[in-house]
This record gives sequence, C-alpha cells and structure tokens, in this order.
Amino acid sequence: MTEPVRAVAADAAETGSDPPATPTIRIRPHSGLAPLRLCEVWEYRELLYFLAWRTIKVRYKQTLLGAAWAILQPVFAMVVFSLIFGRLVGMASDGIPYPLFVYAGLLPWQLFAQSVAESANSLVNNEHLLTKVYFPRFVIPASTILVSLLDFTVAGAVLAGLMGYYGIAPAGAVWAVPLLVLQAVGTALGVGLWLAALNVRYRDIRHVVPFLIQGWLFLTPIVYPSSLVPRGWHLALALNPMTGVVEGFRWALLGTKPELGGALGLSAIITLVVLVSGVLCFRRMERTFADLL
Amino acid sequence: MSDIAVRVAGLGKRYRLGSRSVGGTAYEAIAAAVRAPLRCFSRTPPPEYIWALKNVTFELRRGEVLGIIGRNGAGKSTLLKVLSRITEPTEGAVDLYGRVSSLLEVGTGFHPELTGRENIFLNGAILGMRRGEIAKKFDEIVAFSEVERFLDTPVKHYSSGMYLRLAFAVAAHLESEIVIADEVLAVGDAAFQKKCLGKVGEVAKAGRTAVLVSHNMGLMHALAQRCLYLRRGEVAAHGEPREVIEQYLSETINPQDANRPTLEGYRRGPSADSPVAITGVWCGEQSRGVQRVAMGAPIAMGVALRVLKELHGANLTITLKNAQGERVVVLFSWDREFSLFLPPGDHVITVRIENLVLAPGRYFADVGVNRSTRSTAYDVIVDFPVFRVDNEGHVIHWLERPWGAVHCPTVTWQTTP
Repeated sequence: MTEPVRAVAADAAETGSDPPATPTIRIRPHSGLAPLRLCEVWEYRELLYFLAWRTIKVRYKQTLLGAAWAILQPVFAMVVFSLIFGRLVGMASDGIPYPLFVYAGLLPWQLFAQSVAESANSLVNNEHLLTKVYFPRFVIPASTILVSLLDFTVAGAVLAGLMGYYGIAPAGAVWAVPLLVLQAVGTALGVGLWLAALNVRYRDIRHVVPFLIQGWLFLTPIVYPSSLVPRGWHLALALNPMTGVVEGFRWALLGTKPELGGALGLSAIITLVVLVSGVLCFRRMERTFADLL
Repeated sequence: MSDIAVRVAGLGKRYRLGSRSVGGTAYEAIAAAVRAPLRCFSRTPPPEYIWALKNVTFELRRGEVLGIIGRNGAGKSTLLKVLSRITEPTEGAVDLYGRVSSLLEVGTGFHPELTGRENIFLNGAILGMRRGEIAKKFDEIVAFSEVERFLDTPVKHYSSGMYLRLAFAVAAHLESEIVIADEVLAVGDAAFQKKCLGKVGEVAKAGRTAVLVSHNMGLMHALAQRCLYLRRGEVAAHGEPREVIEQYLSETINPQDANRPTLEGYRRGPSADSPVAITGVWCGEQSRGVQRVAMGAPIAMGVALRVLKELHGANLTITLKNAQGERVVVLFSWDREFSLFLPPGDHVITVRIENLVLAPGRYFADVGVNRSTRSTAYDVIVDFPVFRVDNEGHVIHWLERPWGAVHCPTVTWQTTP
C-alpha cells in the first residue's frame, strides 16, 4: 500500500521542522504482491506490545481467576486425557507417566491452538481499529501470539512441577526448547495469518476454526505416542509441523527417543512454507481489509 | 527543498457494488470458482462499480489548513481514509511530506474496562505515539481533559462528556507535521468545545498542515486557508474558503439544482410511534423552494404537519440560523400561548416574524414539534435551508462590509447639541 522512506522518516521525526524533499509517505495503488515492509512492523513494535498488554489486562479485569486460566485449561485437558486414554484405554506412553507424557504434548499444543484461534478472529474483532487508524495490520494477529506466549510460560511452570513430582530431570537437550517454541509460533502465525485474512472476507472461518483445531489435535501425537503409528504412516505424520514440535518437546525435556527422527526436518520445512505463504497471503489481502470489514 | 506538504494527483477510489464484494461466504466463492470455466457461456452481467473519488488533485503547502466540504456521500470520508492509508486508492498518487496523524474518530481503541490512565497510553500508541512521548505529555493531556480525579477509574464509569474529553485530549497532543481530521472537532459541552476549537486553531497557527472535514461552515471559514468542495467524488470547487463555501451553499440551496435535498435529508426523527411528522418547511409560499427576502421585510414561515394521532397541546419551535450555524431567532409557539391541538390529518401552521432585520446571507431553520422542552421531540428538521436575505436598499454604503452582527435594525440617527 505504501512505501515509507525509512531514513527520511526518521530524519523528519527528529528535526520536526523542515519537510524532506522526498515524500515521507507515498501512497500508490498496488496490484499483485506487495512489499513486506518488515521494518515498518518493527517501528510499530510498541503498538504490538500495547495491544497484547490490553488483551491481558482486560482479561484479568473481567475474570475471577485471572492468570489461573492459563494453567487450568491445559491441566484440565491433561486430567481428562489421563483419565480416558491413560486409565481407561491404557495408552502406551514411551515409558513416561501418562499425565506427564500428555502434558508435555499439550503445553506446546495449547500455545499453537490458542495462537491460531485468537489470531484467526483478531482482525474481525478489531474492526473498529482497522477502519479508523493506519498501522501495519500484521501487528494485530502478531499481538495475539504474544499473549499466547505469556500463557505458555505460565503453563510451563506446571510442567516443571509435574516433572518434579514424577522425579524426572530435564533431558540434556533442553536448549532445543526455544527453537521448538519458535517452530510452534511460526506455524501458528502462518496458519493464523491465512485464517485471519480469509476471515475478513469469509466469516465462515470463525466457525471452521474450532473444528480445524480439534481435528488437528488428534492428528498430532499428543494423546498417543508416534510409536503407535504404523511405520508406513510416519512420513504422513511428519508432514504435520506440530508433530515435530510435540515430539521435539518430549525429546528435549523428557528424553524420549523421537520415533520419526529425520522426518522431523520435513516438518520444519513445512512450517517455513506455511509461515511464508501466510505472510504473503496476508500482505496481499491486507489492502482490502478496511473495505471489506 | 520544496514547501509542499501534501500532494494528491488524479486520485480515484472505486468500490464494487453488490453483495459479492462485501463479505460473501466461502460457499459462494467455491461455487463461483467451480462455475468460472463455464462463465463465458453464461453471460453474467459485468460487476457494477461506483467511483467514490474520481480524479481528485490538489496540493497543500506547509502550514496550510485545507477544509473539505460536501454533502453526505460526496467522498469526503473516503478521501480522508485514503490520505490516512486506511484504504488503498484505485488510481492516482498521494505524497505526504512529514509525519502524519489521522483522527477519523476520537477514542479509537479505548477500552471500557481500562482506566483513564491506561487508555491514554493505549490510545496514544494506537495513534502512533511512542511510549516516551506519551509519558512526556501525560500531565498535559490529563490537565486538558479535566478528568484528573477519575484517572484510575475504568472509563466505562465515565460520563459520555468525560469520555469524549479524555479521547480528544489524547488526540490533541499528537505531534505531527500533518493532521488529518474528520468531524471529531468540538466535542463535549460548550466550554470544552471552545477549548477544542482553540486547540485546532493552535494547530493551524503552529505551522502544521491540516486537512479537515466538517459540516460546520462557520468553523471552516475561521480555520481553513483553502477549501475543497467535493461533489459526487469529484472536485467541484477549490480555492478561497469564502467563495467555495458560497458555491457549496448556493448549490445545496438552489431549487433548480437537481441535487436539491428534500426534507428527508434533514430529518432527525420521528420515532416510530410519533403522533406527528413534519412534511414541509418553507418561507413565503409553499412549493417555491428557497425564497429571497428583502432585508427588513417581514418573514412569513410555514410548516406542514401530518398528524397521525391527535395532539393535545404540543409546542412548535422554529430556530433560524445563519450560514455560520449561529442562532439568530428562537421561536416557541408556547411563548405566544399557541399550543397545537390538532386532530389527525394534514395541517399547515404559519408564523409571521416582524421587525427582524437580518444581515444579508443564507438562513437555515431547525423546526421541531414536542410536548415538553425536556422530552424527546416528536419530529425534528435540522439545518433546512429556507430563505436568503438580500440587501435591497436597506444598506447603501460599503455593501461588502464585514457584517459581523446578524441583526441590522432600522434606526434613527440624531445629533444633540
């Protein structure tokens, strides 16, 4: 939509008096792919932070339990899954106590699922901002991910508690956790950007997201170990980027041997594809948001 | 180094009409995609487009204030949206030289659950201020908004006046070289409105460039160095505010103009169960449109009412305003012990105003029917153009004098020794 001239913009902001000879902001119609302007997103990082801060602040003002919800959600899921799959079904769990096994999978999953769900609806929910003020639209879905990351950190404390309870020390590969978080966030952002942009045009997306997330949950080895899946299906399983994240989490923290091994590289590549295509799609559709909302 | 602040060239914005462009469901999109290869056989009609802006060109020098006027739907808001990068133009180019802040509404992003203090920071960030900048101006903002005592109260508990004052205060302290503002000026009560206008005047005097949209011609007159009159998306006039406003007013008033608005565009009511509707407002004879009145001559006004349910003593008010929006005459029929007791049907009420000598110019009427001054009116017509006062020999010297006062009575001059 616009191509701000960086150096000049900074210059004008500093001197504040003489207008520059070249335009600070050029507005031209665009067709096809728009430039990414990542540095502009960087300039608006404070807004990103403020939007995330608003979400958290408002959430805790309106709820009784506040921060506890970040823990209750995955813990509740863990209890339900432990009862049904751990006790009733007697699911194998690679030699790890089932509650710990499932929680280690649910933790990154929750980060992913919450990020996707929130960012998919973020543009529609912030319609009043999009139609009244200019800023890189990317900031809005991105801010929802910041919020999910905070919840993830809180819920992570429970995992530490569980590991302590079962007397399992973190495996040697703990260093890989940030990378895996990055992969989960990258995938969530890619999917979220796709859904958020499509949601502006087709409001059906809002109803599709819960199904999508629920289906995806069971396609990811969270309640079951990937070792249960027949070998022939492993490649298909690795196509799911979240498989890599969940398997990686258990490997890095609990020391399980990743069943899929090299195939996980594939899931990293898929993450990249999803993320890049999501950003491109978002940028392409971005300029029509205000007209469609 | 040029001193141009805003350059707009051949700007056009096209919207597509019809349901497909706005929203549409995924099913429709899929269905359309399936049908696409067959489309050449089915001869679907080409999509209809509407140009909200067409070929808009202007330049604004540094420090100039441009007022944009035009009727509702003339493209004023679209132009502001394009200038503030909310929506992309279909054609043409805009160059902005300097930091831009756009205020299409006050209080964008305000959250009712957050306190005044928190909302100042949030709103500031949304409007593009840095955190340090907001912190630096925080005290100034609070002082301007006059809500010090409630800073730590969630804004959902604010009165609407306090809310608007706080919102305007944040917006008013934006630092930018170019300001783009829609009719957000002048909010709150009269005292605060004055403060707001003062702030806007300050912006203009401080050498900042501004693009303003307002329906308040008096304000435009006072603030703008230049005016742009938009008519159906195109520039109808551009230049001196006085001339452009004159043209705009004459076009909206002129009965020959096909665009002449009917009473409907001016109606603020009636409510669904209202017992009466105003069906006509005129000066002189009905159906003659805007009348010319000689300065000092009596003014006869007529109001047609369609009564649906019998009226038991309603009040008819007529307020006359000049082109600057200033009230000149406020008439209450009750003041003359004249209450409306009317059976269902069509009725015409007339009033004759004597001894009123108005300055030359255009006059507009607010007409309302109500049952008490406190309750909501049954029906209200606002700013309806009714007559034009011409100086026909009443004033004979220096005809282009700055009129200032609106009342020019006939007086007797005398010298005593």
